[in-house]
Amino acid sequence: MKNIDKSTLYFIGGSVLIFLIVQILVSVGILSTFWYTILRIGAVMAIVSLGLNLIYGFNGQFSLGQWGFYALGAYSAGDVTYRWTQLQSSGGLTILLLGVIMAGIAILLIRRLVNKLRGLDALSAFGLYLIGVILLAYLAVVVGGALENPVNSILKALPPEVSKQIVFVVAVLLGGLFAAEISFLFGLPVLTLGSDYFGIATLGFTVIVKVLLDNSDTMLGFAEMKGARGMIGIPKMTTWFWVFFFLVLVVIVTRNILHSSYGRAIVSVREDEIAAKAMGIDVANFKTITFVIGSFFAGLAGGLYAHINGFLHPDTFNFIKSFDPMIIVVFGGLGSVTGTVAASFAWALVLEGFLRLVLPEGFETWRFVVYPLLLLIMMLLKPNGLFGNYEMPFLRQVLPPLRKKTQSNENATDEEVLA
Amino acid sequence: MSNQTISTSQNDFILQVSGLSKLFGGLKAVNNFDLTLKSHSLTGLIGPNGAGKTTVFNMITGIYAPTAGEIIFQGQNIVGLEPHEINQMGIARTFQNIRLFPNLTVLDNVRIAYHPHAGYSMADAILHNRHFLEKEKALTEQAQEFLAVFGLEDRQGEIAKNLPYGEQRRLEIARALAAEPQLLLLDEPAAGMNPAETVELMDLIHFIRERFNLTILLIEHQMRVVMGICETITVMDFGEVIARGTPREIQSDPRVIEAYLGPGASALSEKFRRKKTQ
Amino acid sequence: MRSSIVAPRLSLTQKIVQTKIIGKALIALVALAVLYLLAVNAIKNPTVFLQQLVNGLQLGFVYALIALGYTMVYGIVRLINFAHGDVFMVGAFISFYAISRFQLHDWVAKLSPGMSPFVARAIGSITVILLSMTLCALLAFVIERVAYKPLRDAPRISALITAIGVSFFLEYFGALKFVFSPNFTPYKRPFDVVTWTLGRQGFGKLVEGEGVPEGNIIFSNIFVIIVLTSIFLLLLLQYIVTKTRVGKAMRATAYDKPTARLMGINIDSIISITFGIGAAWAGAAGMLYATAFPQVFFWMGIIPGLKAFVAAVLGGIGSIPGAFVGALIMGQAETLSAGYISTPMRDAIAFSILIIVLLIRPTGIFGEPSREKA
Repeated sequence: MKNIDKSTLYFIGGSVLIFLIVQILVSVGILSTFWYTILRIGAVMAIVSLGLNLIYGFNGQFSLGQWGFYALGAYSAGDVTYRWTQLQSSGGLTILLLGVIMAGIAILLIRRLVNKLRGLDALSAFGLYLIGVILLAYLAVVVGGALENPVNSILKALPPEVSKQIVFVVAVLLGGLFAAEISFLFGLPVLTLGSDYFGIATLGFTVIVKVLLDNSDTMLGFAEMKGARGMIGIPKMTTWFWVFFFLVLVVIVTRNILHSSYGRAIVSVREDEIAAKAMGIDVANFKTITFVIGSFFAGLAGGLYAHINGFLHPDTFNFIKSFDPMIIVVFGGLGSVTGTVAASFAWALVLEGFLRLVLPEGFETWRFVVYPLLLLIMMLLKPNGLFGNYEMPFLRQVLPPLRKKTQSNENATDEEVLA
Repeated sequence: MSNQTISTSQNDFILQVSGLSKLFGGLKAVNNFDLTLKSHSLTGLIGPNGAGKTTVFNMITGIYAPTAGEIIFQGQNIVGLEPHEINQMGIARTFQNIRLFPNLTVLDNVRIAYHPHAGYSMADAILHNRHFLEKEKALTEQAQEFLAVFGLEDRQGEIAKNLPYGEQRRLEIARALAAEPQLLLLDEPAAGMNPAETVELMDLIHFIRERFNLTILLIEHQMRVVMGICETITVMDFGEVIARGTPREIQSDPRVIEAYLGPGASALSEKFRRKKTQ
Repeated sequence: MRSSIVAPRLSLTQKIVQTKIIGKALIALVALAVLYLLAVNAIKNPTVFLQQLVNGLQLGFVYALIALGYTMVYGIVRLINFAHGDVFMVGAFISFYAISRFQLHDWVAKLSPGMSPFVARAIGSITVILLSMTLCALLAFVIERVAYKPLRDAPRISALITAIGVSFFLEYFGALKFVFSPNFTPYKRPFDVVTWTLGRQGFGKLVEGEGVPEGNIIFSNIFVIIVLTSIFLLLLLQYIVTKTRVGKAMRATAYDKPTARLMGINIDSIISITFGIGAAWAGAAGMLYATAFPQVFFWMGIIPGLKAFVAAVLGGIGSIPGAFVGALIMGQAETLSAGYISTPMRDAIAFSILIIVLLIRPTGIFGEPSREKA
């Protein structure tokens, strides 16, 4: 930690500065609730889109399922905090926590088994995982229910505001982990499909999730989600601090992955799958890892989104909206983290903000007439996105300095080769 | 079946392929192909277009699953293993139509091949801890050293697709070798090269064989390369082996001439040769 | 162990791996559950079951017409043309205006009142459908020129994004008050509905106001028209693609654009024609769909478009017979799942079928298996 380079300092300093400016503007009251919400939505979109950029921009997997995982995160995290604040029960928390842990254990255990069964096809592996996860998740529901009262008493011993914040943060993280585990199960067989077919299957995932949410009260048995009428009563806890904190965290994690050997392996899959395989990269494994990480970000963002308005509706997770993160990623520039973040905020500010304000009364519906036109013009003018490959210094890969040419004998052999 | 070690492990044979066949639908791309490679040998695989040479490569490297047959690498049957596992066991290859990671830098192309030896976990990478930084630095230096061997050191920041053709070929070989293989498969390394570049390539192949103690199997159409550097040659036609031997033996083999020039050609060439020697 | 007697060289685990038995069992389980459900219901009430099949067929034929457009465009430019469903919507609205505003379906009757009303109506309706097809084709030409052609050399995703943009534009522009209005509008059919009954007693005409006789299935002239029109247009398309010069050029372009260009084929016009034909067929589908479900709405293209797209992928995108078979499956899946499983779940079921089929055949039923080249 002694030799932090300049770009890191700038990044951290800049982040703190942006956070403070917005926070002060909001606290003083210069920034209205309207714009405050839009900024938070922008940050949430940035997290979802960063996940998608990892999957599509860096790993090359054309996924339209991001929105489905976003929905899963939103509803699961929202349900946990709803139960805590409205029903004074930590049941949602304990069951989801145990479920996520148990399913994780099941996945890890079965992964060892599958690795032992060399060459097991993806569908069979999926079957094994499914059985394991369902069994352990059932166990988790039973045990989690039993744990409810002890956890209740622990949380109630804390000051209410503290326990509320704890439940919130844990719920958001659990939303992400839940989405990640589902994405692992779903991705296992589906990631074997070719590019466009994978896209369509993941689009299907989004549609299926939306339909399930439409029937969440009748078919899934979550009465508080109220199906197609929309879930209300989720505490509004996503402050600018929390979204910004998670956004910065996600940016740093993304950057650290990308700037490592794992990141290079992820990108090599996008560049040329066969060459990657021939170079010792376990392509199937990296597709899964990337898909899971990307979906984790989506779930995380979903959890944050649920606590902005305190209201969730299945129509928000409509498959048509599922193109939004894709549009943002392409807009910002595929494979550019900077571009994705910038495009997310631009998207929220323009579409949700300016277009609502600029259009005169009676012309609100024109918003979605102007939006696609903007989309068209932008695509025609900048088909590679606003930022192309540009990254801000902190996110840029730095080339290592050339080796000092000391080993003269090695240079001699170089010349031999070239001669 | 997969992890069976062969009892008669002949240490001097690094690769033994027997009865290898591949069917594509009804088409027999490769039929009953046999090949044994001695350690540290340099063998050529030649044959007319569509003879099944690249299919053999694809089966050895695990990209295609053979319909039948065994591939024993260092005493272990590698049929059914994934390509990345085969690579990690010590077989690396290049491709007929160069397959670099086109939008990545030269350095990253090589560093990707080092991934199996990275030595840190994903958690280390995310935490950006000291272990990660040390290993990453070591890995990068190793990759740079490697580039230096191939004279690509100054090109490390260049995007791979922007390199001139000859350097792309060289980078592809460098990348294959970065995986630290014992056996290197080269698929038409001289394709598209001019005579000067070809000579350079032949020197390079000799050089890497000595320096990295490699066994090399190469597919090549340029007879100058094949005859010039290979110790033994295997000739394929219509998916089958039609001849085997030293370059000299192959050159005069009538079946080979027939395969390349069509039936009757061997008699013609015999006549031609007699005329020449007279 | 018995398994070791049968195949002494394979251990049990190796057998599990090689036969892929777990995955197959999983799929078999799902298939059996579905078959069981269908069989039980078919036996319990065969008439209702047959009626569902008939309804599914009607829907399937409409989907087929839309699916052809998706599959052709994908085959030739590898673009998922998300705006196609909205072209279908526009087609429905064109026929709506032609009938309600301009009484185009009546023009023969007005010009020569002596003609038999049946023939006059038939010609009138065909005029409307032709108008729908032509205008949709023109719309597709314009869309292709403005939104897709400039991006032909850009990354594939750019064109996809503009396709989504065009789709949004058509929907929300259509939703404006002075265009199609944001409301559901009742659709006036160009002809009257005649319903027939079919059962053990034979074939009969359903008298209005009377109930359907026990054990009979009903179908209307709309069903007959949809089936006949769809089959006709499908065969026509098959003829165009396989027998005509344009069709040959299309196939050549789909196979290899640079080479096709070298052979003197004007790629741009062939691509335009492909878009046009696909859109024309969607326009026809739009009118037929509106006739069957007499309501028009600016969002009406989304779900049928999505279903038809799923159908095209299910059948193997790029394949014309595939699109047709996929659409028939989708039609049946929709009515059967609405009838026997759950109406709100039918979209989810459609996609579940798609995902399961893709897991078994990764390029769809008629799709050519992709072979990786190394």
